[in-house]
Amino acid sequence: MSDPLLAVDGLRIGFGPAKDGAEAVRGVGFTLEAGKVLGIVGESGSGKSLTMMALLQLLPGQARCSGSARFRGKELIGMRKSEIRHLRGKDIGCVFQDPLSAFNPVKTIGDQIVEAIRLHDRRISRRAAMKEAEELLAAVSIPQPDQRLRQYPHEFSGGMRQRAMIAMAIANKPALLIADEPTTALDVTVQAQILDLLRTLTRERGIGLVLITHDLGVVAGMADNIAVMYGGRFVEAGTADEIFYHTRHPYTRGLIEAMPKLDRPEERLVAIEGTPPSIWSRPPGCSFAPRCYFAQERCRQQEPELRDLEHTRSACLRAEELPPRETVAHAQDTGKDMTL
Amino acid sequence: MLRYVIKRMITIPFLLLGVASVAFVLSQMTKGDPLAALLPERMMSNPEVVAAVKAEWGLDQPLPVRYGIYIGNLLQGDMGTSFTTRRPVAQDIAERLPATLELVIAAMIVGSSVGIGIGLLSARFKNSALDIGTRGFALLGSSVPIFWSGLIFLYIFTVRLDWAPGTGRLDARSTPPPDITGMYTIDALLSGQMTTFIEALSHLLLPALILGWTVTGIVARLVRSSLLDSLGQDYARTARAKGAPERVVLLNHALPNALIPVLTILGFTFAYLITGAVLTEAIFSWPGIGSYAVTASRSLDYPAIGGVTIVGATAFLLANLVTDIAYAWANPKIKVSQ
Amino acid sequence: MTAIPDIRVVPRWRRSRAVLSVLGQLPLTGKIGLAILVFWLLVLITISVLPLPDPLAMAGRRLQPPSIEFWLGTDALGRDVFSRTLWGAVYTIPIAFAVVLSAVAIGSFMGAIAGYSGRWADSVIMRAADVTLSFPPILLAMTVAATLGPGLSNAAVAMVIVWWPIYARLMRAQVLEVRTREHVEAAIAGGAGRMRVLRVHILPLCWTPTLINATMDFGQVALLAASLSFIGLGASPPTPEWGSMISEGATRFYSWWIAMGPGLAILSIVLATSFLGDGLRDIFDRRSRT
Repeated sequence: MSDPLLAVDGLRIGFGPAKDGAEAVRGVGFTLEAGKVLGIVGESGSGKSLTMMALLQLLPGQARCSGSARFRGKELIGMRKSEIRHLRGKDIGCVFQDPLSAFNPVKTIGDQIVEAIRLHDRRISRRAAMKEAEELLAAVSIPQPDQRLRQYPHEFSGGMRQRAMIAMAIANKPALLIADEPTTALDVTVQAQILDLLRTLTRERGIGLVLITHDLGVVAGMADNIAVMYGGRFVEAGTADEIFYHTRHPYTRGLIEAMPKLDRPEERLVAIEGTPPSIWSRPPGCSFAPRCYFAQERCRQQEPELRDLEHTRSACLRAEELPPRETVAHAQDTGKDMTL
Repeated sequence: MLRYVIKRMITIPFLLLGVASVAFVLSQMTKGDPLAALLPERMMSNPEVVAAVKAEWGLDQPLPVRYGIYIGNLLQGDMGTSFTTRRPVAQDIAERLPATLELVIAAMIVGSSVGIGIGLLSARFKNSALDIGTRGFALLGSSVPIFWSGLIFLYIFTVRLDWAPGTGRLDARSTPPPDITGMYTIDALLSGQMTTFIEALSHLLLPALILGWTVTGIVARLVRSSLLDSLGQDYARTARAKGAPERVVLLNHALPNALIPVLTILGFTFAYLITGAVLTEAIFSWPGIGSYAVTASRSLDYPAIGGVTIVGATAFLLANLVTDIAYAWANPKIKVSQ
Repeated sequence: MTAIPDIRVVPRWRRSRAVLSVLGQLPLTGKIGLAILVFWLLVLITISVLPLPDPLAMAGRRLQPPSIEFWLGTDALGRDVFSRTLWGAVYTIPIAFAVVLSAVAIGSFMGAIAGYSGRWADSVIMRAADVTLSFPPILLAMTVAATLGPGLSNAAVAMVIVWWPIYARLMRAQVLEVRTREHVEAAIAGGAGRMRVLRVHILPLCWTPTLINATMDFGQVALLAASLSFIGLGASPPTPEWGSMISEGATRFYSWWIAMGPGLAILSIVLATSFLGDGLRDIFDRRSRT
């Protein structure tokens, strides 16, 4: 019972030749307890999806992966194909970003859910599995599930499709659910419903959830813990409250500034300027330095490690020196030079 | 899509009219005297026959009227009289068509199933020796001159190894099964003559394999590339994430999607099959319309060759239409949205 | 007002150095294909000075299997099959070249007109192409050849009739696509005449698919030419044409070597052009993507 649901340590993913290839994920580690929600936040290209795909060995063939990822104490990295296959879809469920392309267009939703069930238990008859699939669709609040089962993915609306995808992912009562940008392809109003559904289901069924997103707002009301990823590393990690109220990393700050705030609609949204570094041409020093408002010379030379601070764990050399967030926002608005 | 199919259906009569017009123009071009395209020389001396033919085809009429008569005759199924068999061309063709259909259908079954099999193997074991070998085999099929490979195969399997029977649809002394469809294998089955069925099948096998081989390459190549495309799609990743083994991902998820584009080229491969059938029939003394056309063209039997061409073009257009319909039917997105 | 510059966009492959670089980029199969074609070209050029027995005269005993003296044996009239096979290049290669060139010229001209002028010219030309493509190729070629009478040149005419619509469609599609590009619109806005726009600004950009297709079709044309000769509509005996040589072999069943040389010769050309065409397509695809 001492093993956590998921314990990842020193995970690295690289592409190209081992010697001078590029690394997309550079030493990521976290633990997730059963029934908890971990949000991994980062821009596209930060390596967050690769990290989770690596756990299920779903990386593209040319990727190299090292480090450790233990699911209930069992090592996933390098696990035999025949063995990991029984974990996929059974103990670990997956929800993908674009439910339209993630469903097979020439098979009905019902067939695809039935397949998910019967792949792991041949003893269940097709008919029984169909009945189960119907209940699953009902559980994710899809109206008229019996008819919906016989329809093809393109006949579903985006939100309904994502509900069906969630139903398929929880079909075998997994202990862990990985949701990779589950709401990105959806309308804003539908996003909230899907998040609500994920929250309810995981809470009711005690499923551990890893929620991957580029939008801090998505994890705001959901995650117990949040990790912020940039340039293939965690740059800050902590509980949700710690991240939102006591962030010490300029990148996390940027993400928070970029969130619309309902209580202060008059405040300007501040986008982080520039683009994330390509994995093929990563700058020396802190990956975020080229875009960082507070970067100094040493930031461009020394790469900071994640270290424990008063509240969060943060990978910023200047974490302690930086002024609180509110001041910075004001300074940026007035254009005052904040270089200390 | 339904609208597209209907549109295609409407264009077919116009295309057929075009085909008939080309056949008419060509028939008018033969050696200046249009009579030469309708009557063999030895019958020219018989004034009664000449008068009858002139009246039937309106040869004393001006060109536009002749055209009208030509089309009218065609619509009634009259394609003139063959110089060599001295029988109506339509009758000759009707008798010989089932043999060709039997050969082409068998070849299509062989060619597409082998092609799909090779495509699956190639995609599953991409860039392995197996992949390269099977692709080479498929490519060879579509490159080899069929009138040569037919000869070589006959020499190896019939002369040398004695595995296959000789040419023709049955052994020389056998009687054909009762005429139901005209396809010996099916007729023999329908009337319960098992020995005849086996004999007909063994005669069909070698030509069908050789003819099917010509389209194997086209099918295999497309199946392989669209399978590889499908295997990289999100739904294939979903299937893997569900715990499906690679075999299931390939057969249950990639294959149904990959076969949709394959349907679109079946009409196109039909053109290959007709071309191949003409030559295969010539090699294997297969009494279909292909060998009929070859004999006809050797003796400049214009009505016969024109008749086969019109029938062939009709079959080709119909095959393309069937392809379109099958495509619409197989693709659920299209099926429902119209 | 500054004049809009005359943007002469000439694809790189038209420059001789670029041609060499393209050939250098070919995959192995493409290079093999190229080598085979070069081999046949050399045979074609040097055939009259090669120390070969007369392809039309008796060289030894009849129907001899392959030996050191007769590499591919002798045929029913005691002629050297190896010599006849090499001589076959003299017929097939120029014919296939002429057919492809004519089909490309006629088809591309028609396609360019159809795509550029639109309206009734487009309809007329493309409907004619549709009708032509409704025929299974060999049957149309047989009908035309039967109408014109047997002979290689008539077979060639028949094949041009079969092949032009393919190039008309290709060129039309290209012209339609290039026509909307910015540099063309700039040229029109700059007051260039219609024909000048077509000739200088559109057509030079349209040749890549045609070139690739023509390469692949070369083998198919050679195959159809041999097929027509095999049937008896192309070359006639005693011409050492590959199709008619195989036809002679077909009546001498047990002397398999009579057909072996010409069969392999046709196969080598079809394979070579499809290798080369595939290789070229890969290169141009890669280029257009980057």
